[in-house]
Amino acid sequence: MTDDELSAIIDLLGRDPSDLELAMYSVMWSEHCSYKSSRKYLGRFPTEAPWVLVGPGEGAGVIDVGDGLAVALRIESHNHPSAVEPHQGAATGVGGIIRDIFSMGARPIALMDPLRFGPLDTPRNRYLVEGVVSGISSYGNSVGVPTVGGEIVFDPCYSANPLVNVFCLGVLPKTRLVLARAEGEGNLAVLLGASTGRDGIGGASVLASAGFDEPSTIGPGADKRPSVQVGDPFEEKKLIEACLALLDSGLAVGVQDLGAGGLSCAASETAAKAGMGMDVDLARVPRREPGMSPMEVMISESQERMLAIVTPEDLSEVLALCERWEIRASVVGRVTTTGRFRVYDGAFDAWGVPPAPAAAPSEDGSLPTFEVLCDVPGESLGDGPVYDRPVARPADQDSLVAADPLAVLAQRFPAGADAGPELLGLLSLPNIGDSSWVWRQYDHELFLNTVAGPGCDAAVLRLRETLPTPGDTPGSPGKALALTTDGKARFCLLDPRTGAALAVLEAARNVACTGARPMALVNCLNFGNPEHPEVMWQFSEVVDGMSDACRALGLPVIGGNVSFYNESGGADIHPTPVVGVVGLIDRLDSRIPPAALSAGEVIVVLGDTAAELGGSEWAAGRHGLLGGMPPSADLAAGVRLHELVAALVGERAVAGVHDCSDGGLAVALAEMAIGGGCGFTVAAEGSLAGLLPAAACFSESANRVVLAVETGRVDEILGRAAAAGVPAAVLGTAGGGRLVWTGAFDVSLADAETAWRDALPSALAGGVTPVG
Amino acid sequence: MSTRVGVVQFPGTNCEQDVAWAVKVLGGESEMLWHGDATVGTADAVVIAGGFAHGDYLRTGAIARFSPVMDAVAEFARAGGPVVGICNGFQVLCEAGLLAGALQKNAGLKFRCETVELRVETTATVLTRTAKTGQILRIPINHFEGNFVCDEATLKGLQENEQIVLRYVDNPNGSLDDIAGICNEGRNVVGLMPHPERASEAILGSDDGAVLLRSLL
Repeated sequence: MTDDELSAIIDLLGRDPSDLELAMYSVMWSEHCSYKSSRKYLGRFPTEAPWVLVGPGEGAGVIDVGDGLAVALRIESHNHPSAVEPHQGAATGVGGIIRDIFSMGARPIALMDPLRFGPLDTPRNRYLVEGVVSGISSYGNSVGVPTVGGEIVFDPCYSANPLVNVFCLGVLPKTRLVLARAEGEGNLAVLLGASTGRDGIGGASVLASAGFDEPSTIGPGADKRPSVQVGDPFEEKKLIEACLALLDSGLAVGVQDLGAGGLSCAASETAAKAGMGMDVDLARVPRREPGMSPMEVMISESQERMLAIVTPEDLSEVLALCERWEIRASVVGRVTTTGRFRVYDGAFDAWGVPPAPAAAPSEDGSLPTFEVLCDVPGESLGDGPVYDRPVARPADQDSLVAADPLAVLAQRFPAGADAGPELLGLLSLPNIGDSSWVWRQYDHELFLNTVAGPGCDAAVLRLRETLPTPGDTPGSPGKALALTTDGKARFCLLDPRTGAALAVLEAARNVACTGARPMALVNCLNFGNPEHPEVMWQFSEVVDGMSDACRALGLPVIGGNVSFYNESGGADIHPTPVVGVVGLIDRLDSRIPPAALSAGEVIVVLGDTAAELGGSEWAAGRHGLLGGMPPSADLAAGVRLHELVAALVGERAVAGVHDCSDGGLAVALAEMAIGGGCGFTVAAEGSLAGLLPAAACFSESANRVVLAVETGRVDEILGRAAAAGVPAAVLGTAGGGRLVWTGAFDVSLADAETAWRDALPSALAGGVTPVG
Repeated sequence: MSTRVGVVQFPGTNCEQDVAWAVKVLGGESEMLWHGDATVGTADAVVIAGGFAHGDYLRTGAIARFSPVMDAVAEFARAGGPVVGICNGFQVLCEAGLLAGALQKNAGLKFRCETVELRVETTATVLTRTAKTGQILRIPINHFEGNFVCDEATLKGLQENEQIVLRYVDNPNGSLDDIAGICNEGRNVVGLMPHPERASEAILGSDDGAVLLRSLL
């Protein structure tokens, strides 16, 4: 806390704060809880659409998907805890986001984990990957929420500061939607779930709102390990069932999870949002150990706790339901009309707050007085300062942009050079190769919704609730959701505004490849130190680029999270905005066309290619040439492409479909070949024809999708593309056991598959030797 | 009248609704059996669904075996009633002594969620009576502790009595003798690690699991 912030607190209280009050403000006014550096910018996002039921600022964003159903989604970061203790850090990240979803009344049905790590050539980075993946696996699988997608990306900028973002989606009947509001004077705040311990003290302030100093010999931030919480997925599973049962029975007025800031944050926020006050009695909080100070009880971030607001009349029914699910339930607060947030120790029994018997007032009618440990205006805790931090374009931005890799690469790989080793080398990069080592450790099939899972362009989950009664009309179509997360940090480093737009375009394109129309976006904005003006410039530009793209695509931003201080030893990470997009498929009655080739199919590419290599996997990932401008982000072209692709896929007019992104067209084609066990022969046609062959192969121009089309439908597809104003070119046909691009490469399918499959396992084994 | 399948739910069970859904898709009915109630209700068959009963604390299935419902399940099984344990349910049946052996951590020490190939080894059980011996089924697994172990004499007994119901074609977890599922001597209690309910509709990628679940109905 700064001196200015302390003065502000003294001003608003008219006195010095008590120790407890100071600790609570310190947590609630931390960057992590208050968004004090970013709040100024977040209003720029478009947040409205007719189908948005709940926008940013609540536990989760909620959209209407028809049929009386709504979908809740949220994304969050758990970066610093995971850097310090990867297994528990990642596990509790999963637990936290799940609580946000069911606190809205939604049943969590899907998780996705966008992950960023440093290169796997150090034991420490390999340890972080193993730990984070095992944490997600053990918590997510056990709590019973399938992990259906995500990303794993490696870059040196994340070596000391990995990113662990977690996305969760839930489904609810619209009638069960509930907001975290402590309405109604005399209503009771019931603390549900785990007892309160000394774990996670200062998680929000010590860990999440400061960078790491110079790496110590035992790893960055090892001294902060006591601030990491410890997760218990079994407790959380019981909490999910108990809370949803409470809401189904109409027993809760509002529900709020306990996350950053613990009981201080949850209790004060629910009351402030309802315009009410709240009294809290510390003596009612079940604890793990004796001797905890009031401060420790109020700001502990012990996991698996929820706060339910219930009426006194319903309390006995609430307690009975909690007993059935074997979770603790304790009345810790009472809603007042004072507007004050007050904390006592031992007052409730004397005052007759249930379940204590009604107290007999003294002769003058008053209740016994108790020392008040905290007495502050309720809304002031959540009403932290807003900073307008200095903004400056980095001094080296011009030279970075000027260092376009094309000239160097053209010299190394002139026309006629064999691009085969380059293709195999790209396939063997952990950023591009098979990621099934990760997602095979995640339950991705629970709930029988997963029609397309991890490894696909986007996950597709059928909405079982929209299906007719099974058995009556087998095969009847219902609705489905498409989900993806995307983020391209290198593009954002080179040009944050364009890079952010490219992430939105890619996510929407992935969703379109399943036949869905994009409905909503949530973002997790991972940045360096906001006290660096260059970081604030990146942030501002990213917010603008993302806002422009969302407006053009008609995509409301319904929630988000900002994670600053991702730095180590003074070095900031690349700006890494990650977006999660959900799309709706109105009618799903068969599997999605795969990203795979079958012999005889014609290969068509939609969208134009230019020699855009800035930030590409080929230039930066394989050859270390990080510079130039990222590919251009033509938003109107994106809209046309997405609509066309969604229609073609929805009608099953194509046999195969794959988004073209990391590694460019050659990699997209190779992935489809591996997926179908079938080679191809193609040539540079259309916009590809005039380019340097290697640039045509590996350019990462946006707005491109590869289609595999049955011979008889090619003319129809080309006609549809022309009518939609989408460039289309026939590149060749699928067949044989070789990957052939005339004038560029000719490699065997077996070699390509080996390079792709072994990429991640061999890097994790410590032997990073890219092929070629 | 269709068959009524009782699906056991412990705190921490998570596949109970999936089993109920698959049963319904295949034309049966289901009811939930709460772990704290010592009854199998009106069920004609009992499925102990997958998940993490009581958090799998102490050891998989170790606490679940003490839940009151297990007394009723054991009695139902003794009377010849069909009982199937899927994944965590298999682990619970082993802990409860209704099936032989135990399930330890996978060789490779990783959780594995993927579709595997299984070979039907006997059709003389409540779960395989509508399958064919030697039939290959594609069904997902989803477990950390699926590595079946037992002593030599028990294995010999399982082999000689044809109590090995399903074997992995390509062993994913180090299971003894590639065992994916076994039955008791009465052949009315079956435990298997793979999840047939996850392969009960073609849109999910395989409907081979319906071959097994239909045997129950």
